[in-house]
Amino acid sequence: MNRYETAISGSSIQTESANKVLKNTYMLLSATLAFSAVMAVVSIIVAAPPFTYLVSVIAAMVLGIFVLPRKANSTSGIGIVFLITGLLGFGLGAILTQYLALPNGPQIIATAFGGTGIIFLGLSGYALTSKRDFSFMGGFLMAGMMVMVLAIIANLFLNMPALSLAISGGVIMIMSGFILFDTSRIIRGGETNYIMATFGLYLSIFNIFIHLLSILGIMSDD
Amino acid sequence: MDWMKILAAVAGIMMLFYLWPAYKHWSANSPKAEKGDWQSLLLPLGGVALLILVLIMSVQN
Repeated sequence: MNRYETAISGSSIQTESANKVLKNTYMLLSATLAFSAVMAVVSIIVAAPPFTYLVSVIAAMVLGIFVLPRKANSTSGIGIVFLITGLLGFGLGAILTQYLALPNGPQIIATAFGGTGIIFLGLSGYALTSKRDFSFMGGFLMAGMMVMVLAIIANLFLNMPALSLAISGGVIMIMSGFILFDTSRIIRGGETNYIMATFGLYLSIFNIFIHLLSILGIMSDD
Repeated sequence: MDWMKILAAVAGIMMLFYLWPAYKHWSANSPKAEKGDWQSLLLPLGGVALLILVLIMSVQN
């Protein structure tokens, strides 16, 4: 086999491996989203109090930062990712219970759900078909996320609806950037662990849904 | 509830400590944007912004 054939063969192995990671990521992502939805319904049925959301997010954050990266290369990583997404789903249910109490709450939830689906499918489709490398955004996205976290902390005490709207808009844009960034990393072989890839995409979808819900809640007539 | 705000603020500060090394890593290791890279973001992000406006109008009736 000459050098040219070796290069083509290497590239085809890399593409095959990236496709496998992508397929596994989307399968695990579908399963975790479905599990999250089931946990959200359970949370609505048991009428979990609003603070459940905060407790679930903190517990999921601790698991995602300290446990998941250590277990991501073993099968127990799958259990951890289900635990995290289940917790987030359960916490989300507590928020949804509050929206369901609004006169047009079900419409707001359905609109946010549909909007999140369109955003995720559209951005994933764009990253997959354009095959562009979006890894140049890495530093920008991390800096943007830090600014958003600072603004969220400030608004906990300021309680400004306009700032809340700006934060939600900013987070949706940054999470949209993360979907492009993560998807392009998977298809270019930058991310080879489908459990971590699933976790990244799940967080983007979760945040887009939560913040879209917030924007629609503030902007609706009720 | 005040304890919830304080707990959320502590979680946010923890998040900042987690994000800082990630920011430094990606700032140092991200490839530089080439000509047209930032423009290629305008279409998908503009689409997202437009969709949000449509969704807002749909819930305002």
